[in-house]
Amino acid sequence: MIEATSQSQARTATAARAERRTNWRTLLLALHSTLMYIFLYAPIVVLVLFSFTTDSFGARLTGFTFSWYGRLLQDQRLIGAAWNTLEVALVSTVLSTIIGTLMALAMERYRFRGRTSVDALLYLPIVIPEIVMALALLAFFAFSFGIIENITGRQLKMSLTTVIISHIAFSISFVVVVVRASLKGFDQRLEEAAQDLGANAWQTFWRVTFPLILPGIIGGALLAFTISLDDFIISFFTTGPGTSLLPIEVYSQVKRAVTPKINAISTLMLLISMTLVGLSQFVQRQRR
Amino acid sequence: MKDGYAIEMRDIVKRFGDVNAVDHVTMEIRNGEFFSMLGPSGCGKTTSLRMIAGFEYPTSGEIYLNGTSIGTTPPFQRNVNTVFQSYALFPHMSVAENVAFGLQMKKVPREEIGRRVDEALDMVRLTGYGERRPRQLSGGQQQRVALARALVNRPDVLLLDEPLGALDLKLRKEMQIELKRLQERVGITFIFVTHDQEEALTMSDRIAVMSEGKVLQVGTPTEIYERPNCRFVADFIGESNFIRGQVSALNANDVTVTDGKGLTLRGQMVQPLQVGDDVYVSIRPEKARLSVQRPSEPPNNLFPVTVDRVAYIGSDTRIMVQLGQDQLFDVWEQNTRSTVDRDAYWQRGEQGFLWWPAENALVLKD
Repeated sequence: MIEATSQSQARTATAARAERRTNWRTLLLALHSTLMYIFLYAPIVVLVLFSFTTDSFGARLTGFTFSWYGRLLQDQRLIGAAWNTLEVALVSTVLSTIIGTLMALAMERYRFRGRTSVDALLYLPIVIPEIVMALALLAFFAFSFGIIENITGRQLKMSLTTVIISHIAFSISFVVVVVRASLKGFDQRLEEAAQDLGANAWQTFWRVTFPLILPGIIGGALLAFTISLDDFIISFFTTGPGTSLLPIEVYSQVKRAVTPKINAISTLMLLISMTLVGLSQFVQRQRR
Repeated sequence: MKDGYAIEMRDIVKRFGDVNAVDHVTMEIRNGEFFSMLGPSGCGKTTSLRMIAGFEYPTSGEIYLNGTSIGTTPPFQRNVNTVFQSYALFPHMSVAENVAFGLQMKKVPREEIGRRVDEALDMVRLTGYGERRPRQLSGGQQQRVALARALVNRPDVLLLDEPLGALDLKLRKEMQIELKRLQERVGITFIFVTHDQEEALTMSDRIAVMSEGKVLQVGTPTEIYERPNCRFVADFIGESNFIRGQVSALNANDVTVTDGKGLTLRGQMVQPLQVGDDVYVSIRPEKARLSVQRPSEPPNNLFPVTVDRVAYIGSDTRIMVQLGQDQLFDVWEQNTRSTVDRDAYWQRGEQGFLWWPAENALVLKD
């Protein structure tokens, strides 16, 4: 009996030691995660905070004001650039998502001659340096405009259209990667089941395949949109005179002077991206 | 409805690369019958089913559905429906939407769809489950949704690709009975693919035993079990003892076989044989007897044996005996008496007599 008691006491002591050890581990883990999140988000918090400061150099928090947002709305150059950016992002996202999805379906479903090379070439835009891509596009446009001018006599210029074409060119790869990932987990028996139940290829796609890979398509589109939204290098090289885009405009204003106005526009962009991510998460959860 | 056949396969070959997955198969499946294709994996049964469904087209040969050739008709134009092994229910649709899918494709009026979906769910005992999502159902319930989704279209033929494979044993037995009952009620031709011989025996009107792309035998469960036409069928369906030997004498249906090691056996002829043929004598373990005493009227197959191993499995005792020099032979005795007395059961090392009437031994070629 006595032996049993001492044994159980020993066991309790061991358990307590183990618990203390676990407490330490949990504490360390919590500390580590907190520090990591501070590292990730502190700059963003600072950015947002300083968009409300009354200090016109944006260096100190001297008071709270919304005035920078008001001034922002009066800055025609900035607003114009923002609209341009949004237009480029929307058009290039829609087109690259359609092309990329079709491409992903073809790559995943069919075996054709040269498939491996097509596969490798498809991912090249993701890995080659952006500056190389930008210069290549610039050279390409200059070259093809020259040919068009020789044939038709029409002189084409760099404009928003060339930016959109360029953004589509690099967005497709990202869309393909994301959509293919969602097709990998797709059970092809479902398509057979639909056909077995009387659906032709068209009905099978819209009733079964499309709804099931939609989360992947939305994911791909979102990625394309955000990449287009903050692209600097390629936009810088492929835009024409007089048409500016937001990242380029922000850069040129910062070169002159850093004002909280820049913080304000950045905060708005942050808000738009967060809303989009939240929206896509919501849509995907609704589907489940 | 030509000759009352729902499906006719005429000399079907399906080649994948260099392999004939289905190798000159000819089969007739009667209207309203529960027909099983049985065989080990890779025997061509699933490929045959997929050709009837239209997911694969034959390399050569013809398939007829109710007398009409359907060789290269796409699946959505055949009045044939499939219950898939993995069920393949649409995860983004409710149970009712899944069942309604086929009717919507056929442009059946909305009210009629509603009524028929309800009927179909009633039939598989899932009344009131229409609003659920497939993933909220158990395996057995998903299985029944798959059945309802196929049957609601009133197909000429229902194809079932190992539909019970994913269920546990008890549920499987229940579903076997339920499937058979359902088939009798709706009167639709069922073609059932399985590698489980017990499942095929339980449910089928007729069974086709397949191996390596070929049909070895087609017959009723009794015919397949009691009169297998080759060693493979006898071995695959149920269990059997095989004693290898050569035909030494023929007298009408009575065959004498010697194994070259001193055993002489008498058996029944079930296929044409000649003296000198290499054969297997096949005796089912439950069709042989083991006794302590020499039987008073000695049958024509009687051998002194030693018990090698004994396995008590509840309903039966399975006794492995040593016959001749190196032949092991399995005998099953039903435990008809309720007793725990050791002496009532065979023990290892005991001597006894193994015997069977000649009609219980079938002489088969490889």
